[in-house]
Amino acid sequence: MKQEWRSFKGSHWTDDVNVRDFIQNNYTPYDGDQSFLEGPTEATNKLWAKVQELQKQERAKNGVLDMETKVVSGINAYGPAYIDSDTRDLEKVVGLQTDKPLKRAFMPYGGIRMAEEACTTYGYTPDPELHKIFTEYHKTHNQAVFDAYTPEMKKARHNKIITGLPDTYGRGRIVGDYRRVALYGIDFLIEKKKEDLAYCGSGIMTDDIIRQREELSDQIRALKQMKEMAAGYGFDISKPASNAKEAVQWLYFGYLAAIRSQNGAAMSVGRVSTFLDIYIDRDLKEGTLTEKEAQELIDHLVLKLRMVKFARIPSYNQLFSGDPVWATLETAGLGMDGRHMVTKNDYRFLHTLENMGPAPEPNLTVLYSSKLPENYKKYAAYISVKTSSIQYENDDVMRPIWGDDYSICCCVSATQTGKEMQFFGARANLAKCLLYAINGGIDEKSGDQVGPAYKPVTSDVLDYDDVMAKYDVMMDWLAGLYVNVLNLIQYMHDKYYYEAAEMALIDTDVRRTFATGIAGFSHVVDSLSAIKYAKVTPVRNENGVAVDFKIEGDFPRYGNDDDRADEIAVWLLKTFMKKLRKYHTYRNSEPTTSILTITSNVVYGKNTGTLPDGRPAWTPLAPGANPSYGAEKNGLLASLNSVAKLPYEYALDGISNTQTVNPGALGHTEEEQTETLVHVLDGYFDRGAHHLNVNVFGVEKLKDAMEHPEKPEYANFTIRVSGYAVKFIDLTREQQLDVIARTCHDRI
Amino acid sequence: MIRGAIHSTESFGSVDGPGIRFLIFLKGCKMRCRYCHNVDTWDPHSNDLRTADELLEQAQRYRSYWGKEGGITVSGGEPLLQIDFLLDLFQKAKALGINTVIDTAGQPFTKEEPFFSKFEELMRYTDLLLMDIKHIDPEEHKKLTGQPNDNILELFRYLSDIDKPIWIRHVLVPGITDDDGYLHRTRDFIATLRNVKKIEVLPYHAMGEYKWNELGIPYSLKGVESPSAQRVKHAECILRGESDIVGK
Repeated sequence: MKQEWRSFKGSHWTDDVNVRDFIQNNYTPYDGDQSFLEGPTEATNKLWAKVQELQKQERAKNGVLDMETKVVSGINAYGPAYIDSDTRDLEKVVGLQTDKPLKRAFMPYGGIRMAEEACTTYGYTPDPELHKIFTEYHKTHNQAVFDAYTPEMKKARHNKIITGLPDTYGRGRIVGDYRRVALYGIDFLIEKKKEDLAYCGSGIMTDDIIRQREELSDQIRALKQMKEMAAGYGFDISKPASNAKEAVQWLYFGYLAAIRSQNGAAMSVGRVSTFLDIYIDRDLKEGTLTEKEAQELIDHLVLKLRMVKFARIPSYNQLFSGDPVWATLETAGLGMDGRHMVTKNDYRFLHTLENMGPAPEPNLTVLYSSKLPENYKKYAAYISVKTSSIQYENDDVMRPIWGDDYSICCCVSATQTGKEMQFFGARANLAKCLLYAINGGIDEKSGDQVGPAYKPVTSDVLDYDDVMAKYDVMMDWLAGLYVNVLNLIQYMHDKYYYEAAEMALIDTDVRRTFATGIAGFSHVVDSLSAIKYAKVTPVRNENGVAVDFKIEGDFPRYGNDDDRADEIAVWLLKTFMKKLRKYHTYRNSEPTTSILTITSNVVYGKNTGTLPDGRPAWTPLAPGANPSYGAEKNGLLASLNSVAKLPYEYALDGISNTQTVNPGALGHTEEEQTETLVHVLDGYFDRGAHHLNVNVFGVEKLKDAMEHPEKPEYANFTIRVSGYAVKFIDLTREQQLDVIARTCHDRI
Repeated sequence: MIRGAIHSTESFGSVDGPGIRFLIFLKGCKMRCRYCHNVDTWDPHSNDLRTADELLEQAQRYRSYWGKEGGITVSGGEPLLQIDFLLDLFQKAKALGINTVIDTAGQPFTKEEPFFSKFEELMRYTDLLLMDIKHIDPEEHKKLTGQPNDNILELFRYLSDIDKPIWIRHVLVPGITDDDGYLHRTRDFIATLRNVKKIEVLPYHAMGEYKWNELGIPYSLKGVESPSAQRVKHAECILRGESDIVGK
């Protein structure tokens, strides 16, 4: 055994790249409580104070501290840099994206116009030479996609029936297995990729083989660049990490390579917690590390993850508000052998929210099961009550599908670490599609014929069977168009903005998923329920387009544990998924769908007219799989039960649910609040639900934070929105108002 | 089949008994507490009549959230006004192994028949009662609630005699129930009971005021503020017979 691997057990992982096997053979489950945890060191306090000061300056400068205008970003675009040269020695984990902290890199490969617009929006002028290079000499992803779009696609995109598409930004959602850098060192990884290249194809040059060979060469190049980058900081990562400090550093270098070369919508870190515990545990046993130092390492890694920044354009920020990067990082979960995977490190990561206060990044995710140790469940719930900064995902529904070494690659979507990549594909607006069905494919906002000119609904009162028949064929059209738009986008992304650094840390024989998504879910359900159980009469304009709906009588709404409405919800999900599956998907990827809309529900809603459930035109749609605002009449658990009925197997890309509970509604004391929350999580996930964001605060606090963002107490006030966390004061006022309008479960 | 006159149900109650609870609010109450935040439950008439089976079917949808402690709590209104229905509901709940709690002001209690036998039987199916001594002084009690308190205090003594667990939740209303003298008298009474598992002080709040306005009933506590957290803590210390660490 190599010296770096001393005292590690197992054999499969030593011959082949197999991090899961390494973890299963070496991790130590921890059943105790949080009493072992240590507070921040002086170094941590100093560094975090510096970063907070920079964040303050950033906010004062309209949300951007500094931007690159000359250098095109890449793994080695910059030499070594530190938070501050004075505190350089305090940084236990080093490495910045650019030459200065919080400075945003120039990334033109997704689209030169977007990169330039990002600069000019914040008052920076990009070098004209770059414009010339990326228009005259080198094509970008965005240019390529628009070269190939059909007129129908452009029209559908323009009218926002499909929206948020990664044709103007990096698709992201590819999680390199950054642990590999620590466990194996770069040289071993290069050797393995070279072997793959040697065995790639039989010599007959099909498209697939040619592309694969080119990609492998790109990956090998990226690996070599990672070594150079680390050497700049004085580290030799060609060999495996030999202790915990190196393991954290090596892993972070892998991640740094990814965020220097890609500005994907989500740049997850992955499931690193249990893995790193093995190194920390060995050092603790060898007496070369103390608990205080172990916590410091994790604090400093998290500090770096809190500093990840990308240059974004205003239209992107409207979709994904609050400057998120989805540096998602998981804790806990169970193994396939039934042992839980909670280690002391799973406590340390959550504890960063105490040591350095609440923060939206990294997007800390607890892979939950009612079978996790009670102590850990309570600690996580306690952290939720204190910080509202973490989310929960049901390991019991994900493990059977993705195994016990999956990561969350975006806000809530699972992906097998190092075995899989995802083609991210934004959302289809099914609420708008319902209006297209009623209006014969005419867009209610532009008046254009966007969908096919099928027969519109002409009756005075909407008839359920008639609407359903028309909705069915309109959804067929939408599913087909949507899949094909995505096929085209993913093709071009592979060609012009390939994620070599991330893919270098993923198996060559990779499984690919094709992630679609649904927007407007709850409104479609309630609309169909209204049509079925009440009397809905469209009000048509002079062109015969339904612009309003008169609703007489009551109808069941999704979010009340009422099967009449919830059955429609299940039907809708299954139907759309089945329709998507009919189409060919790029590189034989496996289609999945999601019901998660992030903060984009506001933008999607802005482009969607009045719906038959009574939702007024141009107002926000309910986020994710949440019931519509004001629909929940029977309390939190009734709402959770409705969402829990959606079968995860049909929405493998995720079903996000965000709930806000007033602390007083959880209990009088912190202990009661914590215990109640554990019961809620146990009950919800035992019913097969997928995801829950938990916010614990009252509406009054939100209102006060909106009016007085300057109060120091709100500087790091973090809230969970659909699938990620944001600093509340970083949201646009419109989105703040939307968050305030959402249901807060209060004491009755 | 006997039906209960229901005001509403709530799937998520976490402060009305141990653990997470399904709450059933019944209609009808003869008390006229000046701070009542559910005046819309006074009227015993309801269009929503439901059987015990129907309610338990609904309640059990939330069983996965209850853990070892949770269950159902019947509140109101005054649940004891519908004691026949309550008996049916709790008997069936117990057969299903559900933890049962009654949130009562005790006003209908009497040792007269036929009520008392029914109540005795009901206690066999009841795990806990949430109660309040609205006011320890008989005259003040009448002024505050419109009803005497002698039978209510009798109920407390009876429950202590049969050792039926209770929680005491006392609403602290500035100028009415927050007088130290009254609080000490209340404490003296509580000290005679052996079945008290928990004592909580709930600060008065005006959140129910809008319901009075909606129903056109004059609200006599207009302008009364919620007591400070310190006053609440202070009152809690007195009622629990603890020394007041917060200070006066």
